[in-house]
Amino acid sequence: MNYTFIALVENKPGVLNRVASLFRRRNFNIESLAVGRTENPEVSRMTVVVDCPNGDMDAHRIEANLYKLVNVIDVQDVTHQPVVTRDLALIKVRVGPERRAEVNGLTEIFRARIVDVAPDSVIVEITGTEDKIEGMIELLCPIGIVEMVRTGQISMTRGVHDGVRRMPGMESRRYEDVMEMAEMMP
Amino acid sequence: MKLKGAEIVWECLVREGVEVVFGYPGGANMPIYDAMLNYPVHHVLVRHEQGGAHMADGYARASGKVGVAMATSGPGATNLVTGICTAMMDSVPVVFITGQVAAHLIGGDAFQETDVTGITLPITKHNYLVTRADEIAETLREAFYIARSGRPGPVLVDICKNAQVETCEFVYPEDVRLPGYQPVTRSPRNLLDDAVKLIEKAKKPIILCGHGVIMSNAEEELMQFAVKTQTPVASTLLGLGAFPASHELSLGMMGMHGEAHTNLAIQNSDLILAFGMRFDDRVTGTLKTYAPKAKKIHIEIDPSEVHKNVFVDVPLVGDVKTVVSDLIPLVDEYDHDEWKQEINGWKNEADSRSIMNWEEDGKLYVAHLIADIWKATGGGAIVTTDVGQHQMWTAQYYQLDKPNRWITSGGAGTMGFGLPSAIGAWFAAKDQEIWAVAGDGGFQMTAAELTTAVQEGANVKVAIMNNSFLGMVRQWQEFFFEKRYSAVNMLAPDFVKLAEAHGVPAKRVTKREEVNEAIEWARSIKGPAVLEFRVEMEDAVYPMVPAGAALHEMIRRPVKA
Repeated sequence: MNYTFIALVENKPGVLNRVASLFRRRNFNIESLAVGRTENPEVSRMTVVVDCPNGDMDAHRIEANLYKLVNVIDVQDVTHQPVVTRDLALIKVRVGPERRAEVNGLTEIFRARIVDVAPDSVIVEITGTEDKIEGMIELLCPIGIVEMVRTGQISMTRGVHDGVRRMPGMESRRYEDVMEMAEMMP
Repeated sequence: MKLKGAEIVWECLVREGVEVVFGYPGGANMPIYDAMLNYPVHHVLVRHEQGGAHMADGYARASGKVGVAMATSGPGATNLVTGICTAMMDSVPVVFITGQVAAHLIGGDAFQETDVTGITLPITKHNYLVTRADEIAETLREAFYIARSGRPGPVLVDICKNAQVETCEFVYPEDVRLPGYQPVTRSPRNLLDDAVKLIEKAKKPIILCGHGVIMSNAEEELMQFAVKTQTPVASTLLGLGAFPASHELSLGMMGMHGEAHTNLAIQNSDLILAFGMRFDDRVTGTLKTYAPKAKKIHIEIDPSEVHKNVFVDVPLVGDVKTVVSDLIPLVDEYDHDEWKQEINGWKNEADSRSIMNWEEDGKLYVAHLIADIWKATGGGAIVTTDVGQHQMWTAQYYQLDKPNRWITSGGAGTMGFGLPSAIGAWFAAKDQEIWAVAGDGGFQMTAAELTTAVQEGANVKVAIMNNSFLGMVRQWQEFFFEKRYSAVNMLAPDFVKLAEAHGVPAKRVTKREEVNEAIEWARSIKGPAVLEFRVEMEDAVYPMVPAGAALHEMIRRPVKA
């Protein structure tokens, strides 16, 4: 089953490479990896979705190995937490004026948007969970997808919830604590 | 105080207490070598960077301090790779400092440019690329801290040439701030209580002592715990010396070439107390049938080792020394007499098969030679090895009572490790006797360091166990490939002449009656000496657990007719 981890890492060159290299070396299967800045310029945030055939045992291994990277500040497992999850896709569909209305209709049903119109194509922007995006893709396929790009999954826990931290000494940590710690970085 | 980056390197090394550096100069680290002349750090010019890496490793293992090795960019740095990997697999604290081309040239395939931080990413605990002089002090401060703390390991610092020549204000950081690096040292009380409950119930407990005990200086605590609970102690290859081999509770080495009674004790135990070891495949055999009746308590500083190979009932993440000290007052005294008797029964049976109890037949067996060296040196020498049969025989028969004297490449299994690590160890313990035991194969990999030993006056004795084979591979071919010998017959040079060409006195030993005299001759020489023993060609290391077999399924030494 897929597990979702949120990792806070130092915003330094090469850190993404360290994380990606670790997953390759330890033979973990990445389903999705999204990286971006946070409210703290020193900290980047990664949402990593990993296939964990052995469930929590694999999750333990992933957390423990991520912490071995000196630049990884915090890891939480949000798989079983209340969480908002989004993926964004841009989908270029081959469509002339005659079927544009059809695409427009689908776009409304999925609460997506058409963000570019050309004589024989449109670009649809859709955000949502992976399932929703997959559903839209399925319906657009017969019309003709020319090109597609996706950001990968990003996740945030709802309200005051925090993810699970399995590593010793980290269990009672909160997101705020981690950011405060990160403030002290040189 | 404004200083050049190259000077800052040495300012930092001096402040870290570095006394000796093993290295090789070249284009991209010349400013560092120029600045070196003004600092009180001894530099050992090695003959190959791999040798330098192993020397720093041997120095670190013998001294308990951080070793330092240096190389230039490109091939200089890539030659370190085997040594870095060796230190990584055995958790040895070494800081590697490599030169790199100027920052503005990076990515342009400049002369001797190599992505060294990329290459060493998976074989270092951490690494750094330094592009500016004002990053050097902080980086080296962190590098030493990371190398020696938590689970120790190698850290590489790649310093661009421009950073070495630029000047900046030198401020040595008071402390390190690494929000993502906070090793846990202590286990919470509730887990300790869980462990105590298992210990109370156990009738057949056994301690598995690993390298972590030595790395955390927990020998004293291990002894107290073992004696108080009367728990027998088995050791991994790298844990040898942490618990005195002569102690009645000592079971010696476990695993693929471990003692038969030790492996049987593990398989029959009802509680395993793993102290600073990681259930490597060489000590467990197949995991499906590993210690099936045993509950497991794992004391380990690296959380990623917990449940990695073997699922454990109580993980105690922390420093072995701290965790065991916390445990000792919580446990009761036991005698476990029945269990010890049961183990003794297996031991007596094993002794009857031991090659040590064979009558002399005039042939040279490595096991006997190791025992001879052990006797001659009173069991007190620092012993380093290469990898293979001689390594296993040395582990079995150079019975150690003290830690930090057994220096061998365990996890990586690096041939060519013996001689250079012995030279490194000499810098840590100049008053101690040091023996490097090598095979004819491994010795040829780093034999050029003999000259380094001469140049430095390193008082190391080399015993080459020459069986004209790559012995361990030959043994596997004999056991598992129907004796189809493939690429294991090895022509060796005349080792005596080779040693003498390096300026090292040497002797060849071919007869049983020459052995003791030769050993004493080597010991009497000040400085390096080489002994070549022409040993029995097709002897095998016993017992042996075939790869993938259960730990109790051992190939035993045939009983001699």
